[in-house]
Amino acid sequence: MENTIVKAENYNSYFGDNHVVKDVNISINKNEVIAVMGPSGCGKTTFLRGINRMHELIPGATSKGKILLDGENVYDMNAIYVRAKIGMVFQRPNPFPNLSIYENVIAGYLLNGIKVSKADKDVIVERSLTSAALWKEVKDSLHKKGTFLSGGQQQRLCIARAIAMQPELILFDEPTSALDPISTSSVEALFHELKANYTLIIVTHNMQQAARVSDRTAFFYMGELVEFDDTKQMFTNPADQRTQNYITGRFS
Amino acid sequence: MSVLLLLIILGVLTTLIMESMPSIKSLGIGYLWGKVWDPVQNIYGAYPFLIGTLLTSFIALIISVPFSFAIAIYLGEYNPKGWLSDLLKNTVELIAAVPSIIYGFWGLFVLVPLVRTLEMKLNILPYGVGVFTASIVLAVMIIPYGASLGITLIRMVPSPLKEGAYALGATRWEVIRSVIMPYTRSGLFAGVLLSLGRALGETMAVTMLIGNTTALASVFKDVIFGPGNTMASVIANEFAEADHTLYVSALIELGLVLFFVTVVINLIGKRIITRFTNN
Amino acid sequence: MEAKIGTRNIKSMIFKGIIVFFAFLITLPLIVILLYIIKQGITQVNWHFLTNVPAPPGEKGGGIVNALTGSFIMVLMASIVAVPVGILAGIYLSENPRTKLAYYSGLCVDILQGVPSIVVGIVVYFWVVKPLGGFSAIAGSIALAIMMLPIIIRSTEQTLKLLPDSLKEAALSLGVPYHRVILKVIVPCGFAGILSGITLSIARIIGETAPLLFTALGNNFFSLKITGQMESLPHVIFTYATSPYDDWHDLAWGASFILLMFVLTLNIVTKLLTRKWKIQL
Ligand SMILES: Nc1ncnc2c1ncn2[C@@H]1O[C@H](COP(=O)(O)OP(=O)(O)OP(=O)(O)O)[C@@H](O)[C@H]1O
Ligand SMILES: [Mg+2]
Repeated sequence: MENTIVKAENYNSYFGDNHVVKDVNISINKNEVIAVMGPSGCGKTTFLRGINRMHELIPGATSKGKILLDGENVYDMNAIYVRAKIGMVFQRPNPFPNLSIYENVIAGYLLNGIKVSKADKDVIVERSLTSAALWKEVKDSLHKKGTFLSGGQQQRLCIARAIAMQPELILFDEPTSALDPISTSSVEALFHELKANYTLIIVTHNMQQAARVSDRTAFFYMGELVEFDDTKQMFTNPADQRTQNYITGRFS
Repeated sequence: MSVLLLLIILGVLTTLIMESMPSIKSLGIGYLWGKVWDPVQNIYGAYPFLIGTLLTSFIALIISVPFSFAIAIYLGEYNPKGWLSDLLKNTVELIAAVPSIIYGFWGLFVLVPLVRTLEMKLNILPYGVGVFTASIVLAVMIIPYGASLGITLIRMVPSPLKEGAYALGATRWEVIRSVIMPYTRSGLFAGVLLSLGRALGETMAVTMLIGNTTALASVFKDVIFGPGNTMASVIANEFAEADHTLYVSALIELGLVLFFVTVVINLIGKRIITRFTNN
Repeated sequence: MEAKIGTRNIKSMIFKGIIVFFAFLITLPLIVILLYIIKQGITQVNWHFLTNVPAPPGEKGGGIVNALTGSFIMVLMASIVAVPVGILAGIYLSENPRTKLAYYSGLCVDILQGVPSIVVGIVVYFWVVKPLGGFSAIAGSIALAIMMLPIIIRSTEQTLKLLPDSLKEAALSLGVPYHRVILKVIVPCGFAGILSGITLSIARIIGETAPLLFTALGNNFFSLKITGQMESLPHVIFTYATSPYDDWHDLAWGASFILLMFVLTLNIVTKLLTRKWKIQL
């Protein structure tokens, strides 16, 4: 399967003795949008953070098994490199308050001390902001602080910041749960456009959102990957009883 | 860098212990209650300074506590916001900011003559300088410590607790007495301890105002109004002129005692506060 | 019943009256002291005063230039040592709050904060003055640096602890190595708070006299030699205030006024910086 971009093989995560992600096997294709769902505390965030090796930054957190990115195990690579290569967008927008909008977009370069010419920077900023559907709104205030933007704009700025690093894969952890409905729909609309160039993995609690934006959905329950299937298929005709219970609202 | 901190503290401790060794060895524990301090005769007793330190600190504490508490209650409960409270808050911060040497200098030229007049009226030997004068200035200097901690603590009282009492028809004073005070008691006590720690170690203002006599007065009113000496002020006055080993070492042993007492008081105070804030 | 409510309310009012009275009484000594220092000091301060060394007793004139430069040099040297060390230790404490080393260092900071300044003076005397064979500005600076440390450490630690974790995560997820995250994100974001700790620590030590008595001592002459004795503002006030000459008292008032202005300015700067940061110093 040369089309696979990320693949988890018997992947496990722990917080100390607490076994949080259990033996996950999943294979995700290029330019797919994957929704990850499941009840609170089932390990979605933990799994996501295992993919770009953010998980191990928490004291006491460990993992086992493989995450293959383009066929290579990220746990054999340099963690810093892995994080730079995989984009991540968090639940709450977190632009750097000390940096301007412009600098926020190229923060990955600035903070890593990567030298880029002014012209190249301008290109990266414009392209990333355009991809993040934010360019029109901020092009006249690029040198204002990013924290002046609205929540939805801030979140799109964070997406632009991830895009600027030219990742193949972007991870989203409940990216719209802190946003109002209008901002949410602007971010959702963005997912459709990003799909052309990137692979997206989106953790969400919102089933309508999953149905609207994703191609396939992974359902986690108590740390296990219970079901992974075509989104439509999963919402209309789930194979597993636990999935069925979840989408019919029997627990959440 | 953090290791450096440990080294500094250990270094301070070892230096103090090492350098006071001659005095500890030759004077023993009796040093602490020896009543005579006479370097010329090579007799060293720390008792007068222990008493002087305790006396100035406690008088200062007694004077300062009503003020600290009043400020804490006013800014914590009655009027936490607004220009008037800002004014008071800034005043308290400025009092903490004024260097102790300036308090000493001012005390020497303004307070001492006043106290002298007072003493003449009361028919006491009019030294002017002395334990009482030093304590007054010391009291002013330590008010901010108790006050600022008290403000923080009183503001931490959960409002449901207060509102519960108000809903039962309690007056402001009753809420303060029966809700706020019990709730913050341990923290306020810690505030008093920390102020005490400050007062014990305060040097310059006290040195300038206490009169610096090494003899212990025998009459009580002379103990209060007459000149005295504290551990810190003796060190400040005599360290530079101490000319033989035992003398120097006896002074450093004073420093060691001072170090221990202030450290213990501070750590207990901080411990109480940590426990308070964690609950 | 109603009568009782009346007396209870009156009691409450009386109590409030007492509290307000005591709370605001405290402004009195401050105002008295400030006005007195200003009144006595401001007439002394002029160009001559700021650019000359003290005059011998009996002679008119004289100034405190040696104390000004001395204080400046010693505070500067103390800051050069204490600021980086303090910031690094503060970063360590806020980043590794649960380690044993952090616990003990925190304890040390608490201890250091409570150590009487005179004790610091004695200790530095044995660490620096004795080995070097004499009082020196270096020794004075070291004593001052030790006194600055706990303030800088605590303010750095508290500022950084207030920064949300998400900030660090954002940078880490971009593949920024940890030390760069601290250096380029955490420290700049907490800059105002850290800076306020520095200004506050300078405000606190610039008036410290006790630790200088046994370290830098003083110097009646203008001197920039850091291995020799050096005058300082608080020390000049101490010597001249306790002298028997009126001219010298005047000089001490002038020096007190200048010192007070420095301290007030530094405090105001600190206040402006902390307005944004709700840190407790
Ligand atoms: N920092 C941590 N330290 C220890 N245990 C943690 C930590 N974070 C999460 N856990 C545990 O790991 C489990 C999975 O957490 P995770 O955050 O992955 O869940 P989630 O599926 O993302 O939930 P939610 O939908 O609420 O975000 C939880 O049971 C939680 O108790
Ligand atoms: Mg989560």
